Amino acid sequence: MSAGQSVMETDPQPKPLANAASPANAANAKRRVQLNPTLVALLLAIALFLLGGLLQPGFTSYAQATNILRVTAFLGIVAAGQTLVIISGNEGIDLSVGALVTLGAMLTFRLVNGHNELVLPVLVVISFIGLVIGAVNGLGVTVLRIPPLVMTLGMTGVIQGAILAITQGNLTGATAPVWNQLIARPLLFDMPGVVFVWVLIGVAMWVVLERTPYGKQLFAIGTNRTTARLSGIHVPFMTVLTYALSGLLAAFGGAVLLGYAQNVYINLGTPYTLPSVAAVVMGGTLLAGGKGSYFGTMSGALVLTLVTSLLTTLQLPEYARQIVYGLILLALLSVYGRQRSLRQ
Amino acid sequence: MQPKLNGSAIRRQSFLPALVLLAVAVAVNFYLQPNFFRPAVLSGNLRTYLPLALLAVAQVIVVIGGGIDLSLGAIVSLVVVVMVKAMGDNAETAPLGLAIALGLVTGLVAGLVNGVCVAYLRFQPLVTTFATSFVFAGAAIGVLPSPGGNVPAVMTDIYRANPLGVPLSIWVIALVGLAWWLVRSTRFGKFLFAVGGQSFSAYMTGVPVNQVRLFTYVIAGFVSALSAITVVMGTGTGDPLIGSPMTLGSVVAITLGGTRLSGGQGGMIGAVIGVLLLGIIRSIISFANVDTWSQTLVDGIIVMIALAGPGVIRAVRALRSNTL
Repeated sequence: MSAGQSVMETDPQPKPLANAASPANAANAKRRVQLNPTLVALLLAIALFLLGGLLQPGFTSYAQATNILRVTAFLGIVAAGQTLVIISGNEGIDLSVGALVTLGAMLTFRLVNGHNELVLPVLVVISFIGLVIGAVNGLGVTVLRIPPLVMTLGMTGVIQGAILAITQGNLTGATAPVWNQLIARPLLFDMPGVVFVWVLIGVAMWVVLERTPYGKQLFAIGTNRTTARLSGIHVPFMTVLTYALSGLLAAFGGAVLLGYAQNVYINLGTPYTLPSVAAVVMGGTLLAGGKGSYFGTMSGALVLTLVTSLLTTLQLPEYARQIVYGLILLALLSVYGRQRSLRQ
Repeated sequence: MQPKLNGSAIRRQSFLPALVLLAVAVAVNFYLQPNFFRPAVLSGNLRTYLPLALLAVAQVIVVIGGGIDLSLGAIVSLVVVVMVKAMGDNAETAPLGLAIALGLVTGLVAGLVNGVCVAYLRFQPLVTTFATSFVFAGAAIGVLPSPGGNVPAVMTDIYRANPLGVPLSIWVIALVGLAWWLVRSTRFGKFLFAVGGQSFSAYMTGVPVNQVRLFTYVIAGFVSALSAITVVMGTGTGDPLIGSPMTLGSVVAITLGGTRLSGGQGGMIGAVIGVLLLGIIRSIISFANVDTWSQTLVDGIIVMIALAGPGVIRAVRALRSNTL
C-alpha cells in the first residue's frame, strides 16, 4: 500500500508497507515507465488533429493550428499552478483557479482602464493578489487542516463574492491596446503572443521543477510527507508556497485571457477549473502526488482543446459534448487514474 | 481530566461544534426575524432545506466509506428531468407511480456506474465522479433541454402537508435517520466505517472492501433520487440545471457537520446539522440588510469561518501546549 492508495486518504504515519519494493512492484514500475504519458498525450493530440482534418477539410490548416495553440495556451497557463499543487500530494487540488482567473481579468480590466503605461504595474499588483489568495488557501490547508478540495471551493465562493462586491454588477474598464497587441495579435510566425508567453512559462516550469531545490522538495513532499519532513524539508512552508504560486499563475492567466477576450464577465474563468485538473491528469501527473511534469500537462491541455474543438466541428449539441467530455475523462482515468488493487 | 473527557466526547459526537454554531445561528436569526419560530415559517424553511439535507446524507455515506461523489448534484438533475418527462404533458393523467419508479431506478443506475468505476475499475473517486457528473448533467439536458413539465398538484400539495401536525420534511428526515440507525447496526454499517478508516486492514480481516465501496455509491445514487423527488415536489417543475450547484453544498455541509473527508468517520446527524447551518446563515444574511452585491461575499466568508473553526481551536490548543 503506497501513499497513493487514495487521494482522499490523509495518513501522516508511514505505513509499514509503504516503501517495500517487492519484485512485483518493481516489474510494475518498469512496465509503466515504458508508457510515457507526455508522449502518449502528444501522439493522441496529433491523431486528433489528423482526425479533425479527415472530418472537416481546413481543420489541419496552419491558421486552425495556431488557433488551437492559442486556446490551449490559456488553459495551459492556468493548469501550470494546478500541476504544482497536485504534485505536492496530500489530496492537493486547487479548485479556486477559475474564480482567480475571473478576478485577475476583472481587476486588470478595471485598473488598467485602457492605459498602456499601467499594464506592467497592474500585472505586478494582480500577481501579488493571486499570490496572497493562494497563500491563504495554503494556510487553510496546512495550519487549519481544511481538506484542499473544500478549502479551495470555499475560497471560490469568497472570490466570487468579492468580485460581485467590487464591481456591484458593473463590469467597467478597458483593455490596454498594447496588452491586446501583445497577447492576441500575431507576433512571430503568425503565432499570437500568448503562445510565446505559454512557452516561456513552460520553460520556467521545467527549470523550477527539475533544476531548483523547490522542485526537488516538491516531489519529495508529494511522495511522502513524513520522509520529506524527516529529511529537513519544511513541509507547511512548501505547501503554502505551492498554493501561492498556483494563485499567482491563475490570476496572471486571467490577465492574459483578458488581453485576448478584451471583455470580462462573471463566469469568464469558471470553465477553466475542471479542465485544468483534467489536463494535469491527462499529462500523467499522479493525482496522489509526487510524480508528474508540466510538459505532460501542456500535452494534456492540447488534447483537451483538440477534443473540444473537434466536438464543436462535429456540431454536436452542447449536451452531447458534455457527455463525450465526461466519457473521455473516464477513458483517461482507465489509463492513468487506476489505483492499486488491495491484493497487491 | 476535564479537557480529555471533552476531547473524546467531541471525537465521538463530531457534530457537537456544528450544533453549538447552529444554536448561535438560530438565535441570531430569531433576533433578526422575530417570526422565525412561527410554524409556517419554520416548515417553509425546512421544505427549502430538505433536498440538500438528503443530498448531504447521500454524500456522507460515500465519504465515510473513504470516497467522494461530485456527481450527486448531476444525478439530482437527471432524476428530476426523467421524472418530469415520464409524467407526460397532462398533469391530470400523469403516471405518478411510474415516474417515481423510473426516477429511483435512474438514481440507482447512476450510483452503480460510479460505484463500478471506483470500486471495481479502481478509478480515483474525485475525478471519476467529476467525469460522470458531466455525463449525467449532459444527459439531463438531453432529456429536457429547458425547464418545464407538468407536475400534478397533488405532489406539491403532499410536500406542504403536515401529517399528524408535523411537517412532512421532519417525517422524511426522521425516516432517513431511522434507516441510518438501522444500517449502522448491521454488518454493512461496521464494514462501512472500517473500509473508510483503513481499507487495507479491513481487506486483511476479510471485509469485502470492493462490495462495500460499490454499495456506498449505489446508496448515494438512491438517496440522491429521493432528494430529486423532493426537488420536484418543492418546485413543481423540472429544471435540467437545478442539481449541479447542490454538489458543493453537500460537501461543505458534511464538512461543517464534523465529517472528515478522509473517511472512516462521520454521520448523518452532522450532515443534516451542516445543511441547517448553511441554510440559516443564508437566511441571516438576507435579513441582516447586507448590501445585495455583498451578500455572496458575506456568505462565502461566513462559510469559510465555520469551516476554519475546528482548525483554529486545534491550532490555538497546539500553540498553548507548546508554550507551556
